[in-house]
Amino acid sequence: MASTTTEAAGHAADAAASAPGMPQLDFSNWGNQIFWLLVTLVVIYFVLSRIALPRIANVLAERQGTITNDIAAAEELKAKAADAEDAYNKALADARAEAQRIVAEAKAEIQADLDAATAKADAEIAAKAAESEKAIAEIRAGALESIKEVATDTATEIVTAMGGKADDKAVAGAITTRMKG
Amino acid sequence: MASEAHGAEQGGLVFHPMDQFIIKPLFGGDHIGLFTVTNATLWMALAVLGIIAMMVLGTRSRAIIPSRSQSVAELAYGFIYKMVEDVAGKDAVKFFPYIMTLFMFIVFANFLGLIPTSFTPTSHFAVTVVLAMLVFVTVTIVGFVKNGMGFLGLFWVSSAPLALRPILAIIELISYFVRPVSHSIRLAGNVMAGHAVIKVFAGFAAIAVVSPVSVVAITAMYGLEVLVSFIQAYVFTILTCVYLKDALHPSH
Repeated sequence: MASTTTEAAGHAADAAASAPGMPQLDFSNWGNQIFWLLVTLVVIYFVLSRIALPRIANVLAERQGTITNDIAAAEELKAKAADAEDAYNKALADARAEAQRIVAEAKAEIQADLDAATAKADAEIAAKAAESEKAIAEIRAGALESIKEVATDTATEIVTAMGGKADDKAVAGAITTRMKG
Repeated sequence: MASEAHGAEQGGLVFHPMDQFIIKPLFGGDHIGLFTVTNATLWMALAVLGIIAMMVLGTRSRAIIPSRSQSVAELAYGFIYKMVEDVAGKDAVKFFPYIMTLFMFIVFANFLGLIPTSFTPTSHFAVTVVLAMLVFVTVTIVGFVKNGMGFLGLFWVSSAPLALRPILAIIELISYFVRPVSHSIRLAGNVMAGHAVIKVFAGFAAIAVVSPVSVVAITAMYGLEVLVSFIQAYVFTILTCVYLKDALHPSH
């Protein structure tokens, strides 16, 4: 088997040696090849330089332009968004300050009202107290008068009952003296 | 065993790894004249159609948000454009369509050549020598037009000691004229070698014992060739850019 292989290989070498050699070195067909190669290259050159390459260059430039524009637009939108955020924050801060101001104002107003009401109530209370004191004083005076009367009457009755003659003036003087004591 | 591989004239295992590179007239006849349509013509034409499909039909919607085919075309555009700009400088951008043409042709010819039973135009020195000479001539003319006689400063290494400069000038001159040779042989040699190796492995596949190994080897070589197809196109293009840079800015 192995011998067959080597033998076959040997034959192959013989065959290769007896072959005409490299077709590349057969100069009789160089003219033909060169002619068709030049035709091919000219065709490729015109197809590429007239149609394909300008077209691709345009597409690439257009894409670059689109990308640049889109990036610029995106930047612009980003700036707008930042501005909007700033405005929002400012509005928020303003609103907060305003709210605080309103709250303080309301508080002050309420305090003022409260103070006024308190003062008024105090005044009223003071008036009522004075009135009451006056009434009490009157009542007290009335009571003394009544006591004097009752005492006079009682004294007169007692003197009469004892068989004496009640001298009004003397009784009154005695009572006044007693009441003072 | 291997009977189908027995050549009638030899009676052994016969393979012709170079037969795939033979140029045949497409519509019969043996004579190949200047304008005869051959298999080479066919595959060059298919490369042109492939380029049109990718670069023109793929971008027909001109969308801001690209479709898949448009992305591929834009990717190829951006890849080569950036290479020209980075390697050869901003003022080399006007040569971009020319460099793009070379790159697209080599890439498509290489990849179409990987289709089994196809033909690879870039495996022929006739093709790569013309490509390399186009670059060489263009670069030389651009160098002299842009810089006048100052272009010869490319060969006069001003940073070297004065005594060494004439010797360096001769070396630089030789290396300059070797450029198109290496430029063309690198491309054709890589493509041709890969295809020939695949063919050799394919010949061994006729022997039952080694055929699994050879199928695996063909698969591995094919993967490598896919890589080589792109890399060689890339190398050819980037060298073109480097040469162009020398022409535009000859100072070292």
